[in-house]
Amino acid sequence: MYDPTVARLTYRALLGRRRALILSALPVLLIVISVIVRGLVGTDDQTAADLLGGLAIATMVPIIGVIAGTGAIGPEIDDGSVVYLLSKPVKRPTIIFTKLIVAIAVTMVFSAGPTLIAGFILNGNGQQIAVAYTVAALVASIAYAALFLLLGTVSRHAVVFGLVYALVWEALFGSLVSGARTLSVQQWSLAVAHEVTGGSMVTSDVGLPTATVLLVVVTVLATWYAGQKLRSLTLAGEE
Amino acid sequence: MTTLTIDHVSRWFGNVVAVNDITMTIGPGVTGLLGPNGAGKSTLINMMGGFLAPSTGTVTLDGRQVWRNEAIYQHIGIVPEREAMYDFLTGREFVVANAELHGLGAKAAQKALATVEMEYAQDRKISTYSKGMRQRVKMASALVHNPSLLLLDEPFNGMDPRQRMQLMALLRKMGDEGRTVLFSSHILEEVEQLARHIEVVVAGRHAASGDFRKIRRLMTDRPHRYLVRSSDDRALAAALISDSSTSGIEVDLAEGALRIQAVDFGRFTALLPRVARDHGIRLLTVSPSDESLESVFSYLVAA
Repeated sequence: MYDPTVARLTYRALLGRRRALILSALPVLLIVISVIVRGLVGTDDQTAADLLGGLAIATMVPIIGVIAGTGAIGPEIDDGSVVYLLSKPVKRPTIIFTKLIVAIAVTMVFSAGPTLIAGFILNGNGQQIAVAYTVAALVASIAYAALFLLLGTVSRHAVVFGLVYALVWEALFGSLVSGARTLSVQQWSLAVAHEVTGGSMVTSDVGLPTATVLLVVVTVLATWYAGQKLRSLTLAGEE
Repeated sequence: MTTLTIDHVSRWFGNVVAVNDITMTIGPGVTGLLGPNGAGKSTLINMMGGFLAPSTGTVTLDGRQVWRNEAIYQHIGIVPEREAMYDFLTGREFVVANAELHGLGAKAAQKALATVEMEYAQDRKISTYSKGMRQRVKMASALVHNPSLLLLDEPFNGMDPRQRMQLMALLRKMGDEGRTVLFSSHILEEVEQLARHIEVVVAGRHAASGDFRKIRRLMTDRPHRYLVRSSDDRALAAALISDSSTSGIEVDLAEGALRIQAVDFGRFTALLPRVARDHGIRLLTVSPSDESLESVFSYLVAA
């Protein structure tokens, strides 16, 4: 199911100079803000939870998920270089699964890592806030990578759709319409984080059983469907 | 011996028919797929390579379906027309990756790079390559697993004459080895130099198939139209119309010229200067008025 050559090509494409800079921008911003807040406010659990929940989980993780998930396959389909993968006796689901693993790894490194660092800077992991939000970032990385990899496979405008989902649906509708929160990767991941740490600082609008089922279903379905779409991917000529 | 069979294949995009009920069999040796730009060659090659589903009909390789059949790529090598090819890799890394995806190693990649004579630049990034170098590395990636069928979409585009000769020699050698090689081109001379067997596609339809020389003759023997200006148009017209190589002459008063339709190209081109000399007429303009490739192809479709 995992092809090391596909993985190597995907890593090299994703971590090219320009994309790596884009991927690093938000984590660096999060850490810089955390240092400033710690300097101004001192150690405050609520402030730490607000910053990690509002900036790291609600904004940074989905955006990095969009960049890594769509970037793992979208550009190759756009410029046609995917033909070199597709003209090989490699099963399409293997290509998708491998790219998913890479996208998950990149999203985790660029989102969960900085979240943990920021958490320790903000309140030294008091009430396990740093660990809780890191768990949420790790869990969300999996679902976001799968969702946005699917978007990258089916649409040429994957980045736009991904950002609309991440910023408009999860951030805007999520804060206005309670129903939208049930269908939110962010809330599912917070439910898992709440269960893992048991703290009251991390809460979710979704119960753990629902969150777990939805996380698994979305990840598995998105990956399976992306594999199917890649099997019938059409490369139109230039004529 | 590998045979690619295209059986009553059509492909349409919305209301546009790109390929219209084409049936052809491509066997061992070099075959040229000839047609003007926009004729449907790339669409056809994409279907042959399994990157596009036919709307109707089937494409099979030795009886096995090509579309949605990954295993078939053990036997197919593809050189796409598009430029994009993991520019952040070196030529060697690119060919090695292609070899690995076939379950092969660096040795096979090195052999393929040697075949296309790209060893000297193999450690440079692809982004620094010229078009011809890219084309050769694409060739290496297509040859790395020793395929029995090689599909090349406009492989000579952007190549300089020397690179073109090299690639032609390579393809000729592969055809002589018994591989099935199919390349597309819109340039008659390219096809003429390389392929004995050609398939002509015009406006999505299969216009001609067979020996290049026969089709070339058919192209040459079609009625040719010429615009001729001379010192005495009427005298020239009278002298020319008596010969069987012409089928019609119009005196175009507005243009001040003759519009001549010739049915025997070879005979007419020898006749015209001779008749002019014999009658003491000076030829001022002799210009073919329908020599575009499109008009040649259109004639073939109608024939």
